[in-house]
Amino acid sequence: MILLLIGFLSGIISGMGIGGGTVLIPAMVVLAGTTQHVAQGLNLAFFIPTGISAIIIHAKRKLICFKTAFNLIITGVFGAVTGSVLASYLTASLLRKVFGVFLLIMGIYELMRKDKTN
Amino acid sequence: MLIGLITGFCNGLFGAGGGMIAVPSMIHILHMDEHEAHATAIAVILPLVIVSLFVYFRHGFLDFSKAIPVAIGGIIGGISGAFLLKRIPSVWLKKIFALFMIAAAIRMVLK
Repeated sequence: MILLLIGFLSGIISGMGIGGGTVLIPAMVVLAGTTQHVAQGLNLAFFIPTGISAIIIHAKRKLICFKTAFNLIITGVFGAVTGSVLASYLTASLLRKVFGVFLLIMGIYELMRKDKTN
Repeated sequence: MLIGLITGFCNGLFGAGGGMIAVPSMIHILHMDEHEAHATAIAVILPLVIVSLFVYFRHGFLDFSKAIPVAIGGIIGGISGAFLLKRIPSVWLKKIFALFMIAAAIRMVLK
């Protein structure tokens, strides 16, 4: 039941453009008691179906700048490998604390930010 | 180039947050408009997620038994979110969730 609820809330948030992971990961760790690594892995796995469907919709509307995307992907892959290998060497409690600091910065940024879309 | 590197790194290390790096930097540094930046960021992040997921999988950090109920909730949430957002000003929702993020962050650091 708690897992259903966590998914539900993350689904709502992802639609708002904040990034469902900022809800999914802390909720899995704090409420469902998974380790930090499992929560992060779950969030990554989640992105695959939602990401693919979003890309199809955006590509149809011609909103994706593929040239920029390609350039960013090349360096991004190196970052992704480095980041995930580093994550796998950190202990769950250290990774949770580092994630907490990242989340805190993102939360403050989101709170302070002036929303232009509304 | 650096934007891609940092986006990938955060996404791999935290399993999230690539978009929160990529979207603002594409808007402010590459001067893309918001919708375009958002759409392009997703196209960038998807291959990066696949790469990170492969590393997570090899280290045994994937728990499929938990994925199914969360996925079902996620689909319902995604649909109701799209419906709800037309009715409630999202500015306030975002600020409320930002407060939740800060509270959860403090708890995760102190735990």
